[in-house]
Amino acid sequence: VSDRSPPSLSEQGNADPTTEPFWQACMEHRLLVQRCTSCGKHQFYPRPFCLSCEAAAMEWVEAAGTGTIYSITTVRIPVVDELKPPYFLALVDLDEGPRLLTNIEADSARIGDRVTVAWRSRNGLPPLPIFRPDQR
Amino acid sequence: MPEFPPAYIVGVAETPLGKVTYHSELSMVAVAAQEALGEAGLQFRDIDALFTNYMGEEGSVQLGEYLGIRPRYAESSDMGGASFEFFVHHALLAVATGRCNVALIGYASRQRSRRSRPRAVSGNSGTLAAQFEAPYGIHFPIGHYALSAARYMHECGAKQEHLARVAVAARKWAALNPKAWIREPLTVDEVLSSPMICDPLHKLDCCLVTDGGGVVIVAGRERARDARKRPVRVLGAGESHTQWHVAQCPDLTVTPGVVSGRDAFGMAGIKPSDVHVFEPYDNFTHAVLLYLEDLGFCKKGEAGELVASGCLDPGGRLPSMTSGGGLSYNHPGALGILLLIEAVRQLRGEAGDRQVPNAEIAVAHGTGGLAFSTASTVVLARE
Repeated sequence: VSDRSPPSLSEQGNADPTTEPFWQACMEHRLLVQRCTSCGKHQFYPRPFCLSCEAAAMEWVEAAGTGTIYSITTVRIPVVDELKPPYFLALVDLDEGPRLLTNIEADSARIGDRVTVAWRSRNGLPPLPIFRPDQR
Repeated sequence: MPEFPPAYIVGVAETPLGKVTYHSELSMVAVAAQEALGEAGLQFRDIDALFTNYMGEEGSVQLGEYLGIRPRYAESSDMGGASFEFFVHHALLAVATGRCNVALIGYASRQRSRRSRPRAVSGNSGTLAAQFEAPYGIHFPIGHYALSAARYMHECGAKQEHLARVAVAARKWAALNPKAWIREPLTVDEVLSSPMICDPLHKLDCCLVTDGGGVVIVAGRERARDARKRPVRVLGAGESHTQWHVAQCPDLTVTPGVVSGRDAFGMAGIKPSDVHVFEPYDNFTHAVLLYLEDLGFCKKGEAGELVASGCLDPGGRLPSMTSGGGLSYNHPGALGILLLIEAVRQLRGEAGDRQVPNAEIAVAHGTGGLAFSTASTVVLARE
């Protein structure tokens, strides 16, 4: 019996040391982005400095989980085993600013639609943030 | 004329094209190199600079060994399909500063024969793409480009018919090129009724997947005198790149061609209306609309109507994709080398049935990566 803690996600190859906090939070269904403690700008994916003001003072904050579809396509051919076409692939602009690639779970969706984060469970991996349209 | 020691393209050749089962990638480059050197009146031993991409790890080293070249200037940067326009830019500067006299730029792919095109983003565990792109099933690279096309149509008012019209223009040119992969006539309706892959991109909005490649020889004035065919001057070049991950692109309706085009046209001392032949990297139909706007051939949002007017067609105001392009002639995974070759042939006046009359200035505009990650523009002129 070892007293070592279980391997981190990055040690398993499913994250990297800079994204570990993001994926750990996903396990609790919390969507994290970075915020610059100097200029207040949000960014994602994480980096050790602010792309906006170049300060090296980033913190993790929980995003509201709401945003707007910037672009969207329907993938109609098989790409990965886990997703059966057709499905929505989209870019969502979070209200805090960062843009995420994601899936939209809905019968219909289009550019400009307001969306809210939801979670897709995965085998052996942290839940994946996806989005669902708000009631129109 | 620009103020720097001139560089010329002194030889060009395609590798075998289409479906190539009787050559390796290296031997394809070798036979094209011999043909291009024949045009240049040069031999392998004259080459002192080597540029390649996608020819394996340390690609220029592997290709140099195969061709027996030990360069004093070498590069195998991966700038995607636009790498070869980047390489002309770099060869131009290397020639101008005396770092080399004769540069060979070469590439070949057998992606069709090998069925080697992946559909998914590389699943290498731990990369940013594996963490934040692959799980969402983004097709590589049609998904990226579809997101760009959808946003462009939403913002700039382009219609599906405008996109389809680009494929129709390419096919009109391909009908005039005996080497084109598909030469049968094509209509807008046929493009629109081809299967949707990732909305709004139909199958016929997407380029071919073929084997192919080519070689381009760049030389300074001294060695250009040996050329057996009319040398073509490299008037200017420019380059830039933006995002790798599609979510990191701040504006999917604008490409780094804004920067590469501005620098290339500025160096050449020309404006868009001076261009007689345009060879854009037509990996997807909407891409050509973005280039027309980003390089200043028209204003943002006007390219759709411009293309619908027949501007790009044989006999049009801006003859474009004159080989038939990546959409109908050949797309060997990295089309940029073939754009340069076609531009040179047009400027030499040897393009046969598809020859643009009195072509004096041609622009090859490459793109690479995922949803316009990279761009490089090369301005060529008949002297």
